[in-house]
Amino acid sequence: MDEAEPAIEVRDLRKHYPKTPDGVGLNGIDLRVPVSTVHALLGPNGAGKTTTIRILTTLLRADSGTARVAGFDVRGQGRQVRRRVGLVGQAAAVDEVLTGRQNLSMIGRLNHLLSPATRAGELLDRFGLADAADRKVSTYSGGMRRRLDLAAALVVDPQVLFVDEPTTGLDPQARRDVWASIGDLVAGGTTVLVTTQYMEEADALADRITMLAAGRVAASGSPDELKARVGGDWLDVTPDHPADLARLAGICAPYAAGPPVTADGVLRIPVADRTRALVGVSSALADARIDPLDLSVRRPTLDEAFLALTGPPTDPVETAVTR
Amino acid sequence: MSTAVDTTAPARGAESMLGDAWTITRRQFWHWRAQPGGFAVGLLFPVLVTLMFGALFGGAIAGSSGDYYSFLMPGIFVMAMLFGLEATMTAVNADAARGVTDRFRSLPIHPAAVVLGRCLADMIYTVVGLAVLLVTGLALGWRWQDGGTEALIAVALLLLLRFALLWLGIYVALVAKGPETVVAVQILVWPISMLSSIFVDPATMPGWLGTIASWNPLSATATATRELFGNPTWASASWVNEHALPLAVGWPVLITATFAPLAVRAYRRLGG
Repeated sequence: MDEAEPAIEVRDLRKHYPKTPDGVGLNGIDLRVPVSTVHALLGPNGAGKTTTIRILTTLLRADSGTARVAGFDVRGQGRQVRRRVGLVGQAAAVDEVLTGRQNLSMIGRLNHLLSPATRAGELLDRFGLADAADRKVSTYSGGMRRRLDLAAALVVDPQVLFVDEPTTGLDPQARRDVWASIGDLVAGGTTVLVTTQYMEEADALADRITMLAAGRVAASGSPDELKARVGGDWLDVTPDHPADLARLAGICAPYAAGPPVTADGVLRIPVADRTRALVGVSSALADARIDPLDLSVRRPTLDEAFLALTGPPTDPVETAVTR
Repeated sequence: MSTAVDTTAPARGAESMLGDAWTITRRQFWHWRAQPGGFAVGLLFPVLVTLMFGALFGGAIAGSSGDYYSFLMPGIFVMAMLFGLEATMTAVNADAARGVTDRFRSLPIHPAAVVLGRCLADMIYTVVGLAVLLVTGLALGWRWQDGGTEALIAVALLLLLRFALLWLGIYVALVAKGPETVVAVQILVWPISMLSSIFVDPATMPGWLGTIASWNPLSATATATRELFGNPTWASASWVNEHALPLAVGWPVLITATFAPLAVRAYRRLGG
């Protein structure tokens, strides 16, 4: 495999679902993920995240376009791809009736490991499941199942790991555990493609983010680049009475670097120089004898970046097809 | 980069379709060990049906329960082959719903290995179930009359039917997702087994119904096994009954030839 070849390279990937209302899964996706990086696919339900992962793991055939994973074509060299990837799907794909150990050694055997039992033991230790190793998975908590699922995808030390919404439905502690496990993997050289609906998750995990909306790439870049693209800082002013919002907007206008936004009783003003704006607005408010409930300066969130770059959220009509 | 990863990767042996299928089969052994209750209920349910039909209808149909068992048992064997559909479909369905099937499909194994493994596990369960039923029959006074070879051929015909229905079950469970299909099949197996020569002679039914019942593939196996076991067939002379043996081979072969390739194809194409 060429040193410079990316772990994942996707060109103009398209998939049409004839049986669904709007019929489009992917509308021409491009993606390039360098080796040993974490890339997040971020978007709402129906954006095409799961469809992309299913195509890249050879579970689903694209209608057109090319996709190479670990240097092999997903269409013509499926077996080669499957030997080098791990998949953690949305539902924890573990056998509830079996024990954690049985699950992992079965996957090891199906990957043709010479010593599947040893490998299962190693992974159970590594994911903190050694104590529960010989219990049925049906007795595991959601977080434990997710960790077992992750371990199952790592039985062969995949070159590329696909993780589909890893923390949906997990409590904050379990979520942090999963993030930590993914972080460890990348330190070991694995390339990770993770899908998520949570900006916070993409921000915490990913080197680069591709925002998907309705089967298209809406934006792509590092978390900071994407935030920067929506502009600089915001000044948030919360008055005592929503009725004061219009008056406040007039007072703050000289410091605004763009049109202000009003939402949930908060006036949000884009500003170019955060310090000057904060000092200026607070003295202007004092002069006008207005005592606001809250006055703060902050950087844009990925949420705002997403809305700014993709437009209003689309109807999740494709939820059914992405499962 | 591949060298860096490969040095840490665990050692791997050769790939083999049958080896992978056997791994999937062994998984089912673990299931049975973990759920002995379900394992036993599946085996004992046909026994319950035997006792129920024998005691309820034996007197009315054959004059006494004892005579009826010699007619009923081969029919019950056939019915058990049909009822096995349910176990096959439930298992295939549950795996697909939980994402276990997707995990298997993302592994570097032959696409036929998973369905073949399922098939092998179900056939082993069927052999055990049939043994339980044979012993039950013997305890109730049923006997094979025409020698061991014929009896073994009869058993082979029963297993052939189960094998064929298994592919039908895997195919339907893969194509029609969701547990509703399994429920529908659980209900449908009753009229399908009633509308055959399993419990009564189709000649006693209204003409059109009798025709459907005698052309039911289950009837061919029922009549053929009755002949081979040397049990009463009570069957009237008709083309279907006179050709029961070739039909008992032909139907399952036709079903397998149709649905085995479809099942493997459906497995490969899961999810569109």
